Amino acid sequence: MRLKKNIATSEEGFIFNPGTGDSFSTNEIGTDIISLLKEEKPLEMIIETICAKYDVDQNQFEKDLDDYLSQMKEYTILE
Amino acid sequence: MMENQLTNSGPSGNKKIVIAVTALNAIDSPGPGVAVIRAIRECPDFEVRIIGLSYESLEPGLYMHDIVDKTYQIPYPSSGTDTLMGRLLHIHEIEHIDIIIPNFDAELFNFIKLRDKLEEIGIHTFLPELAQFEARDKIKLYEFGKKHGLVIPKDKIIHQVKDLADAAEQLGYPIVVKGKFYDAIVSNTFEQAQKAFYKIQAKWGLPIIVQEFINGTEINVAALGDGEGNAISVIPMRKLYITDKGKAWAGITLDDASFIELARKFVKVTKWRGGCELEIMQTVDGESYILEVNPRFPAWIYLTAAAGQNQPASLVKMALGEKVEPFTDYEVGKIFIRYAWDLITDIREFQKISGTGEL
Repeated sequence: MRLKKNIATSEEGFIFNPGTGDSFSTNEIGTDIISLLKEEKPLEMIIETICAKYDVDQNQFEKDLDDYLSQMKEYTILE
Repeated sequence: MMENQLTNSGPSGNKKIVIAVTALNAIDSPGPGVAVIRAIRECPDFEVRIIGLSYESLEPGLYMHDIVDKTYQIPYPSSGTDTLMGRLLHIHEIEHIDIIIPNFDAELFNFIKLRDKLEEIGIHTFLPELAQFEARDKIKLYEFGKKHGLVIPKDKIIHQVKDLADAAEQLGYPIVVKGKFYDAIVSNTFEQAQKAFYKIQAKWGLPIIVQEFINGTEINVAALGDGEGNAISVIPMRKLYITDKGKAWAGITLDDASFIELARKFVKVTKWRGGCELEIMQTVDGESYILEVNPRFPAWIYLTAAAGQNQPASLVKMALGEKVEPFTDYEVGKIFIRYAWDLITDIREFQKISGTGEL
C-alpha cells in the first residue's frame, strides 16, 4: 500500500492529487499516517508508531486506519 | 499618417504587431477575447497594438483600455461574408491589421471562408480548414470519432419532437438534449426531454442533438495545433467550480498523460490548425469520452499562459510564419478563479461606440 508518486502533501495536512485536481485536508494523525506511507513503512509499523505517539486504543485505531485507507483508495491517492 | 506610424511603434522602435481580436464579452458566460489578449500582451517576444472587434456596445472588453487599444464594431455573422469583408477592409485601411484572431463559434465559418481574401491583403489568420472545422461539428462528432478511433457518446440527430421518444428509447435515460451551437440539458424522463427540446429549439433552432449521458468527471483540454498534425501545446484542466450555465468559475491544471495523448491524437488525425478545446468526460472505469470539440480557444485560455504554455502568443507567432517548437512542460496545480468586477465608464464612451461603431 503506497501513496501514488505524484501526490503532493504538506506538513499542515494538505493533500493534492494532480491527476484529478482534488485536494483534501487531514488532521494531525492523518498527516502522520501519510508521512509514514510516504516513507513506505509497513502497516504494522504505522500502527505501532501512531499508538506510541497518541493516546489511542490499538483496536480502535486499526479500525479507523482501515477506514482512512479505504477513503484514500477511493480518492485514488493510494496505488 | 505620422500619428499612425508613431502609435504603431513600441518603445524599442520595433513595429508593433497589429492584432484584431473578437469575443470581448467578458460576462458570466464569457467569450475568450479578453483572456486571449491578456496572454498575448504578456509575451515578451513582441509588442502589439490590439484592435477589438465587437458585436455589441456593452461588451466589457471595449472599455478595458489597457487591454484593447481601439475597438470597431463588426456586423453579425448572419450578415454574411461580403458585409464582413467590407467592414474589415475599412478597418484595415486605418489600422493595417497583421493578424485576426476570431474567437466565437458562430463567426468562425465566415472567417474561414474569408481566409484567403484576408491573406491577399496582408491579414494573417491561423484557422482550421473548413473540412476540419465541419468534421468536429456536434452533428457529425460521433461519425468522426468512429472513423478516427476516438470515443464519443452515442447520439441521435432529430428534427421533430415526435422523434424524441424513439431516440431516448434507443439511448436510454438519462439523455442529454443539446443545441447545435450551445446548451445541453440532462433529462431523466420524456417530459423533461420534451421541455428541453422546445427550449433549445426556440433558442438555437434545429436540429437537436440527443446524446447518451456519460457519468464521470468533466475535464477540459486546451490544445494548439500547427496544421501539420503536431500539437504545439496541450493543457488539461478540471473545473473546480461550475456556474449554473455550466461554465468554469474556477479550474486547475492537471497532470494526466492520458488527456494529453487524447488531444495529441485529435490534433494529429485532423491536422488541426489553431486553438481548440476538447470537452472530455472520464468515467470511473477510466474511459475518456469526447463530449464536444470547440473550434477555438476557451475562455479560460489565460491559464495556459499562467501554466507556462502561452497558446495565444504561440498562435501569433505561427500566424506570422514562425516555426514554434512544441512545449514539453507546464505547471500542474495552477488555479484560475474568475471574478466579477464593476468597470465604470462614461456615457460618452457608450455613446461613441453606439453612434459611430468605434471606440
